[in-house]
Amino acid sequence: MTETLEIIDLFVEVEGKQILRGVNLKIQRGETHALMGPNGSGKSTLGLVLMGHPKYLVTSGDILLNGESILEASPDERARAGLFLAFQRPVAIPGVKMADFLRHAATNVRNPERKEGEDLMPMKEFRQELRDKMSQLKMDTEFARRYVNDGFSGGEMKRAEILQLAMLQPKFAILDETDSGLDADAVRLASQSIAEIGGARMGLLIITHHDKLLEHNPPQYTHVILGGRIVETGGKELADELHRNGYQRIRTEHPEAAAMNDSNITPEAITA
Amino acid sequence: MATTETIGTDETGVGEINKYDFRTETNSIFKARKGLDEDIVRQISELKKEPQWMLDFRLHALQVFNSKPMPKWGGDINLDFQDIYYYIKPTEQQGRTWDDVPAEIKDTFEKLGIPEAERKYLAGVKAQFESEVIYGSLKEDLAEKGVIFTDTDTAVREYPELLREYFGKIIPTEDNKFAALNSAVWSGGSFIYVPKGVKIDFPLQAYFRINEENMGQFERTLIIVDEGAQVHYVEGCTAPMYTSESLHSAVVEVVVKRNGRCRYTTIQNWANNIYNLVTKRAHAYADAVMEWVDGNLGSQLTMKYPAVHMLEPGARGEILSIAFANKGQHQDAGAKLVHQAPNTTGQIISKSISKNGGRSSYRGLARVDKGATGSRCNVVCDALILDDISRSDTYPYIEVLEQDVSIGHEASVSRIGEEQLFYLTSRGLSEAEASTMIVNGFIEPLVKELPMEYAVELNRLIQLQMEGSVG
Repeated sequence: MTETLEIIDLFVEVEGKQILRGVNLKIQRGETHALMGPNGSGKSTLGLVLMGHPKYLVTSGDILLNGESILEASPDERARAGLFLAFQRPVAIPGVKMADFLRHAATNVRNPERKEGEDLMPMKEFRQELRDKMSQLKMDTEFARRYVNDGFSGGEMKRAEILQLAMLQPKFAILDETDSGLDADAVRLASQSIAEIGGARMGLLIITHHDKLLEHNPPQYTHVILGGRIVETGGKELADELHRNGYQRIRTEHPEAAAMNDSNITPEAITA
Repeated sequence: MATTETIGTDETGVGEINKYDFRTETNSIFKARKGLDEDIVRQISELKKEPQWMLDFRLHALQVFNSKPMPKWGGDINLDFQDIYYYIKPTEQQGRTWDDVPAEIKDTFEKLGIPEAERKYLAGVKAQFESEVIYGSLKEDLAEKGVIFTDTDTAVREYPELLREYFGKIIPTEDNKFAALNSAVWSGGSFIYVPKGVKIDFPLQAYFRINEENMGQFERTLIIVDEGAQVHYVEGCTAPMYTSESLHSAVVEVVVKRNGRCRYTTIQNWANNIYNLVTKRAHAYADAVMEWVDGNLGSQLTMKYPAVHMLEPGARGEILSIAFANKGQHQDAGAKLVHQAPNTTGQIISKSISKNGGRSSYRGLARVDKGATGSRCNVVCDALILDDISRSDTYPYIEVLEQDVSIGHEASVSRIGEEQLFYLTSRGLSEAEASTMIVNGFIEPLVKELPMEYAVELNRLIQLQMEGSVG
């Protein structure tokens, strides 16, 4: 049976404000989907709500993983069920080493039934695997001894997200602007890395403004989100068009969604 | 300064389970009656076969104790001094080897993991069980180098001249009420002398614990680091839990001479009913370095402010302190740096965590005396509050009597952030694991200064404190 992640008529608000207004999307494992849209359209919200951020309230609709609703599941249960979100803005955890964090995360995701306090995966095995993944991603092993995202450059943070993706090997991954803040070469490397660590085996939802990240991960589907709804779906050529021409055509064809979108843009929403 | 008012208490009691809450039956050979008066003090001194000068010292201290009022600051102290045992002598002889230690006491140590520490370090493990050091071993090469590492009672008998030169000189009996109490009834503690130029490259350790209801523990430690010498002394202790009050009131005096170096590391996890009122002070001479690393968990109330007085040019004092205040606990902890000579430098890093209605206070002093030109002093205190019912306060005292000096003070108070928790849980960590990881990260700057075993132990203690702490 093919594994699926399905979003059904999803309405979401944050702090009393409606952000998503009926999103429908179905991803099968092994497919790559691109999600594009202007600022304030709800791209990041979709990623955060899929992962179960407590601030985002689902007012109606559902999210199904292999046919079962995950709305009641906590973020760690979702991670253990095989979901992953590469954060647009990863959070610093001072004093916690990348390696310790990753060993906990990998143990829990691989052994979803693990109770707190039970053994972590063997150190030797973990270290070997981490070294292999880091060398595959051309990362300095020193990186594992640094504190999680603490004092990282923008590029380092994004590479750290990809390393986590590589270690956790989720069934479905949402990559939220994993290219932002990177120069062209770095984006190319990131794109290549995602492909090399087995992106094609996962179901990928790639949120991006650019086409470079898609270079090594060509999407079968491109979705355009505007004003909290998916207004158009096409293939790779749609991503190329949006990259070349921007969102003017989409706005003109969907004036109502465009108006909604503009009403969403507040100082916070610009960065959301 | 930031304060979170206590608005309620969590009645669930989860997270209060303490794996050190066990007790061992002991057959104490001698237990003085409860209470404190001249007869008790004379009895203690007589049982220890002490010289007259020590008896006089104790009797004077008793008078000072009786004349001093209770401290008006810090926490609430609700103690009946007449309802406490001041002296218990568990066995007649000091054990020389592990085999000599009584089985029931071994049993307690085993629960605390002492044998491992013994095996790992093969160094001078001293263990204080109740009021007296009952077991000690000293690595041979230390003795060959002229290092003295013994209990303070033995030092009174065997090294009277050396001891008398410093005993009660760094912390005079008159310093405070609890220093006077300790001076009157002290028992046990470590005495260390490191001769000129001798560097001890492994930590000297002491374990001790309270295991007698209503018993005070009044150990007295004196460390003398001679010119150019180095030592790292480590003490850790865990205590069983009882329902009635118990008092721990230690005095620790340290002298670090020219170019010497001393680090004194303490990790304490007291039972929730214990008053932990400790005076610790060091004198640092020219170019000497004194470091206090101090971790406080448990107890009902801890009042402890390790101090470094920098007496000659170039001396340095460093104090790293961490406090964890859980339900029903008040950690009033801090540090004192006193610059009394030119070009002295000092640093205080204090970290506190408050949880489940616990209260932590940082109380610290940075003082630069007249004439201490070119001195530099830096104070950083960070507080982490884990919920809405816990509290953190900062009381920094800064006294500067000289112009050409540099004093820095930074304080921060933070809560475990929702975004940090979400990030970690989105990677498969449970909320409790994520909270524990954030707290361990918060204290990492201190933990990485500890010997490995203590770092592991501290992380485990924090984990125990954090269990069931979702929210």
